[in-house]
Amino acid sequence: MDGLMTYAKRLKPHEYKIWQRKRPLLGQLDIELTERCNNNCIHCCINLPEDDAAARSREMDTAFVKDILTQAADLGCLTVRFTGGEPLLREDLTELYEFARRLGMHVILFTNARLITPELAALLARIPPGRVVEVSVYGMCPESYDRVAGRKGAFVEFRRGIALLLQHNVPFIVKGPMLAFLKHELAELETWAQTIPRMDQPPGYSMNFDLRSRRDDPAKNARIAKLRATPEETVAMMSRNPLYLRDMKQFCRKFMRPPGDKLFSCGAGHGTCIDAYGKAQMCMGLRDPERVVDLHKVTVKSALKESFPRLREARTTNPEYLARCAQCFLKGLCEQCPAKSWMEHGTLDTPIEYLCGVAHAQALYLGLITENEKAWEVDNWRERIELFSQRQNT
Amino acid sequence: MDNVTLDMVCVPSDNIVAREIEGELIIVPLIAGIGDTDDELYTVNDTGKAIWQKLDGQRTLAQVAAALVQEFSSPAEEIIADVLGFTSEMTRRGFLNATG
Repeated sequence: MDGLMTYAKRLKPHEYKIWQRKRPLLGQLDIELTERCNNNCIHCCINLPEDDAAARSREMDTAFVKDILTQAADLGCLTVRFTGGEPLLREDLTELYEFARRLGMHVILFTNARLITPELAALLARIPPGRVVEVSVYGMCPESYDRVAGRKGAFVEFRRGIALLLQHNVPFIVKGPMLAFLKHELAELETWAQTIPRMDQPPGYSMNFDLRSRRDDPAKNARIAKLRATPEETVAMMSRNPLYLRDMKQFCRKFMRPPGDKLFSCGAGHGTCIDAYGKAQMCMGLRDPERVVDLHKVTVKSALKESFPRLREARTTNPEYLARCAQCFLKGLCEQCPAKSWMEHGTLDTPIEYLCGVAHAQALYLGLITENEKAWEVDNWRERIELFSQRQNT
Repeated sequence: MDNVTLDMVCVPSDNIVAREIEGELIIVPLIAGIGDTDDELYTVNDTGKAIWQKLDGQRTLAQVAAALVQEFSSPAEEIIADVLGFTSEMTRRGFLNATG
């Protein structure tokens, strides 16, 4: 496209600094179109069987989703993320996709790619999503992929979907779980990822898997817990990134400090995630029935302006949390949050030993604490962060 | 179309979505090939926004300029130059269709 512009300015997604006057109430919307999935991944926190008729009958219908999208657009929302479960299981996915795009939103599509059809790939090429499609990869060969996905033949369908995306020049990236028995395929995955046009960095990996986010299956929880990377493995993976130390220096200066007794020091409730049944959550993880808002009864605007600010005021009185997490300067590094606490313990404020271990292992690696030191007992944390941020990258 | 003239009528293309959010006019390309890449947005400055809001598919650009002369204190020649400059730029980008 030719020439400089006098009257308009071009903006890329990472520089959407548009708002001269006031930010819109809603920047990005997440919608889980279904909790059903055509995979049955061993590490997944949310999937229900694809033929779960009860779940399907409770899902938002097309008109309801369109109404939520329209409300979101009216609130200034520029990006919607369609996720699940597997969102492509919805028969109205293409209709919802095109509807969102014609409202002037970009669409982020999370998928395993197994259900990509020539028609869908052609649509994504003709009306590009505006953001890359994010495809989860569960292995580089049928044996490993089908083992993770719990479905025979899944790998072949995944590769067919990928081939269609490539054939139609649909922009996509890949990401995946870091499971112990997939480690030997890491090099192959990363070499392949380099051939994907939009992959300008290595795939993102999940490794500290969430437990079942509906607290619906203790047996699966036990299995997920065993699949998690150890704290030391987590640090080893993170530090593979040559920019890890540099990035962490900036991050620690900006974001690390004890959170005190206020539970929501994160961004939860400034945006929203709509679950498959029309409940507005403060974030993608927090499904505690006491802290979701039914969009059959109130508007998205009301949830954002009235309900969530009230819920965000929650403070802890749990002595254990107050003695540990509230005092701990690793907040920011640690993934402890009300959503994860609810998944693990059914409360918003119970320390999660696994996440605490991961955060301490990172802090030890970065030199912020010493062996066996508890970060919540460290008084001079500001000095330590300052020293770390001034250290040479070696 | 590079040669936009005052007797033409301009209307937003179906290939984009124009949105006004918190006072900013945002143009979101919809169809592949509009914009340099498929992940861009465009913001329009205040001059462009004032012109865009007058493009109703009925008025010629001369009538658009005349309406803006009534509203703003800038010299008429300057406003006409902006109307032609802006609509040329937007037409070249595929954001506007010009007819007539």
